[in-house]
Amino acid sequence: MSLLTLSNVSVRYGRLTAVRGVSFSLAEGEVLFITGPNGAGKSSLLRAIAGVTPPAGGRIDFEGHDITGRAPEDIARLGLSMVPEGRDVFGGLTIEENLLVGTGMHAAERGWRARAASELEAVYATFPILKDRRHAQAGLLSGGQQQMLVIGRALMTNPRLVAIDEPSLGLAPNITDQVYERLIALRAERKLTLLIVEQSSTRAMLVGGRMMLMRGGEILLDGDARALGQSEAMQAAYFGYGEH
Amino acid sequence: MGSLLQVVFDALALGSLYALAALGIALIFGVMRLVNFAHGDVIAFCVFALLWPSTDAVAVVFAGNLPWFLLIPLVLAVGAALSVLSELVVFRRFRRANPATMMIASFALGFVIRYFLLMLYSSRPKSISLLPALSQPIEIFGARIPLLQLITILVTIAVLFGLTAFLRRTRFGLEMRAAAENFTMARMLGVRANRVIMGAFALSGALAGAIALILGSQTGTANITMGANVMLMAFIATVIGGMGSLAGAVIAGFLLGSIATVMQVILPPDARAFRDAFVYGAVILVLIFRPQGLLSARGAKERV
Ligand SMILES: Nc1ncnc2c1ncn2[C@@H]1O[C@H](COP(=O)(O)OP(=O)(O)OP(=O)(O)O)[C@@H](O)[C@H]1O
Ligand SMILES: [Mg+2]
Repeated sequence: MSLLTLSNVSVRYGRLTAVRGVSFSLAEGEVLFITGPNGAGKSSLLRAIAGVTPPAGGRIDFEGHDITGRAPEDIARLGLSMVPEGRDVFGGLTIEENLLVGTGMHAAERGWRARAASELEAVYATFPILKDRRHAQAGLLSGGQQQMLVIGRALMTNPRLVAIDEPSLGLAPNITDQVYERLIALRAERKLTLLIVEQSSTRAMLVGGRMMLMRGGEILLDGDARALGQSEAMQAAYFGYGEH
Repeated sequence: MGSLLQVVFDALALGSLYALAALGIALIFGVMRLVNFAHGDVIAFCVFALLWPSTDAVAVVFAGNLPWFLLIPLVLAVGAALSVLSELVVFRRFRRANPATMMIASFALGFVIRYFLLMLYSSRPKSISLLPALSQPIEIFGARIPLLQLITILVTIAVLFGLTAFLRRTRFGLEMRAAAENFTMARMLGVRANRVIMGAFALSGALAGAIALILGSQTGTANITMGANVMLMAFIATVIGGMGSLAGAVIAGFLLGSIATVMQVILPPDARAFRDAFVYGAVILVLIFRPQGLLSARGAKERV
């Protein structure tokens, strides 16, 4: 069954169209990489899905709900967790407070505090460095630690789908490796569906799964990450050879 | 000794008033990037809400004679209700507008409240006696300190502790702090924008109610422009404190209160009329050396 479906979604900023009529479906448990050059519209697409930049046209369905134009908090409460570009940690909050912000969405359910506490332990088990510094201000963490924090924070609410915008941005390669290792392990553990934006296809080819290439606001290619990554069509589409 | 102590108490009491008002402004600014210039008029409204509408100089008290344990919650509730109402009716429509537009909307709202009061009560100041027991002085180390001053200071300290505990220890406080740092991110974590903003308005309005009680008891008059001076000082305090920083607003509020009180004492009598000019001069100095404010708010990112 498809968890997320986009039909003809477009995003505009004034007169600039950043996303042009994008359609695709994401099945439960799938890993989808969206790659593409700077300005391709990847982040805009993700923000539209998360409800931060409401789409100018088209329709987005998540878990059978039409979420087009819904508020970001409503979409998050349906189980779609977004990690935006640039690690938005709450710098003045402690690491533990950062992790707990999202758990309030379950406050109406019975036993949510106990569940939040066990999620917290699970995140700490995944990223032990966060536990060691749980009462430190999040703004003091290094870039890699902040990336672990925002990913951990997105997992705290036990979402169905996690959308991550450039998890490798500004990280040393070995730290990126660690972050991905954790993500892939978590996906297996929790039957998570992952939607990951990366500029390059290298990571997608390493991890495997599905990959789409985006450029000029459109999806140009869609297929198996490893097969696509090696194809010449990918190179051509990424750099736009033979179009000018 | 006695007179020095008197100056200290004057400074703390005035500073308390400014700090409470600055907090009310900084709370809303934190979550909405809105400088709410209607805050001063909310303060005046809270005092007038205790009187029957009439244009006579002698106030006809409506709720002002209630015992303190009913009067205080009533005034706080009036402030909170008016403030939440202004969010629902006015500011909600401007959430995505730029800060200048919202500021102008708040000016307009302030005028609406002021002229509403003017219509019902006329511009003549009215004498009222709120909590009269508080005007008696008490003797501390030879200084005669009005009981009200002492209570103002104690109440402010209690409010500061209470608010800190609320923000640090409760779920709602956590959500408010997260939203003040980065509203969009907080929403992506399921924090409900409307609830947080209404909470900030309710707290801010209750603080306006507290100021109304203090000002009303202190001056013994109800005056339509009674909130204006406090509002101005509070606004300056939030700027000096670093827009959106609650701690900064409080510290700057006390600082302004102290500067104003000390000026009053040390300036030659002829210059006292110009006290405020000296206070603003000090403000300019602070801003020249720390343009970002004493404590700048962290990551004052995009709102809503
Ligand atoms: N808030 C905004 N206002 C106006 N234009 C925007 C805004 N955000 C993005 N754009 C424009 O939309 C287009 C797509 O930007 P977007 O950030 O979605 O690209 P991207 O694929 O994420 O790029 P990158 O790989 O550099 O992160 C760009 O031309 C960009 O300038
Ligand atoms: Mg991007």
